[in-house]
Amino acid sequence: MTLFTEFGRYLLMIKGMFSKPENGKMYWKEFMHQCGEIGIGSLGIVALISFFIGAVSTLQTAYQLVSPIIPKSTIAQIVRDTIILEFAPTLVCIVLAGVIGSKIASELGNMRVSEQIDALEIMGINTKTYLVLPKIAAALLTIPMLIVIAGGLGIWGGRLAGTLSGILSPEEFDTGLLNAFVPYNVFFALIKAYTFAFIISSIPAYYGYHVNGGALEIGRASTKSVVVSCIAILFADYLLSQLLLS
Amino acid sequence: MIEVKDIKKGFGEKQVLKGVSVKMEAGKCNLIIGASGSGKTVFMKCLVGLFEPDEGEIIYDKANFLTMDDDQRKEVRKQIGMLFQGSALFDSLTVERNIMFPLDMFTKDNYATKLKRVNEVLERVKLKDVNKKFPAELSGGMKKRVGIARAIVLNPKYLFCDEPNSGLDPQTSLVIDKLIKEITTEYNITTIVNTHDMNSVMEIGDHIIYMHQGLKEWEGNNKEIIFSKNELLNEFIFASEFLKDAKDMRMLEQTGKIDNDRNMDELIK
Repeated sequence: MTLFTEFGRYLLMIKGMFSKPENGKMYWKEFMHQCGEIGIGSLGIVALISFFIGAVSTLQTAYQLVSPIIPKSTIAQIVRDTIILEFAPTLVCIVLAGVIGSKIASELGNMRVSEQIDALEIMGINTKTYLVLPKIAAALLTIPMLIVIAGGLGIWGGRLAGTLSGILSPEEFDTGLLNAFVPYNVFFALIKAYTFAFIISSIPAYYGYHVNGGALEIGRASTKSVVVSCIAILFADYLLSQLLLS
Repeated sequence: MIEVKDIKKGFGEKQVLKGVSVKMEAGKCNLIIGASGSGKTVFMKCLVGLFEPDEGEIIYDKANFLTMDDDQRKEVRKQIGMLFQGSALFDSLTVERNIMFPLDMFTKDNYATKLKRVNEVLERVKLKDVNKKFPAELSGGMKKRVGIARAIVLNPKYLFCDEPNSGLDPQTSLVIDKLIKEITTEYNITTIVNTHDMNSVMEIGDHIIYMHQGLKEWEGNNKEIIFSKNELLNEFIFASEFLKDAKDMRMLEQTGKIDNDRNMDELIK
């Protein structure tokens, strides 16, 4: 299958999601379930990663800033901007592509192979609307929240690592943190978060929904969905930076 | 009633259905039989709308399913119940929730009413104390019965069963066959069963369609099949020596003679 055929099928799946729900209550229930699965289910890993990324960023920035004429508070400034602009949205979303993406692809793939999707279709349910839309909507709601949490925890991790290792005092870190803060960077990070959330949820849903075969194909779809999602995230990251920062 | 007129379906170069026409009546078990690759699964998937035929008509009670828009198709599908080969139960839901799912989706009944209906159909398929069990905790036969219960919970007009006996022991297969037959008669459903199982053919085959290489090769019922002269059908149905003996014995019982040159005395002995 060519890239264009795949992309066309992907667009058709997205278009097919938008139909009137058979029962709004059931769709809401599924949406809430997915919010729990995607949002709360990923909170632990996001917290862990962002904390350590922040800590490592502080240590490595301090290691490179050896000039005595640069104030130590600059370390906090660099850590803040790196985390807000890149680490929190991009790195966390790449990890989430693995965690959430493989889960979505294998869940839908298993449902396809075991004919559960066919069973829903025969009941008269639009499976794209019932199975795919709540996942994408839940990702769009919860992933930006996770990114905000990741940003906060990353900066806190950086502050903690900086002060515990004696690189800079908490006051110096806080000074740097507030120095030359650009609120637009947060807006940019959120734009990236929404874009990546859509990528992370829709690409695995496409591969899972269109699985053909058995257990082996579910595994392949899961791997492919993660790889394609990561590439798409990096491509979108470059595109958004070019569009919104230059 | 479902009427199929000359449906054709191909995948790329391969033509799987080459023009099949058949009428399936209400209150009867319509069996589609045929060797693997004969096109019976594709035929059934075309009937329920999982595959779109390239040509032909599928008429559900005077309305052509293939020319309907999505909303009209949804309405027809609400009247369809289907039992899948692997039961297709939702793994994450209990038996009760699996059966209640169509009711949750398409009715505004309260929980108590829905539960009452779930228990009614569970009783109908002779299952007890399984409400809170998950599909993984059930045997193959029980899964099939839960699948039947879910298929009939909305009182469908059409029941489709894809290989209902696959993976089941002969005794459980008979129970499932009997259940399908009873439900068909009781609710006056048009039942279409896709099967390989010769027991089913003989037990519940009110109307049998034998498919061979994408075409309807033979049509009749479970009484006529014994006396059929169709060579392809006979090769398929009576493939083993045991079944050949059984056929000849049945023929001998009913007509006093057999239609081949076997020694009757030896057969009786």
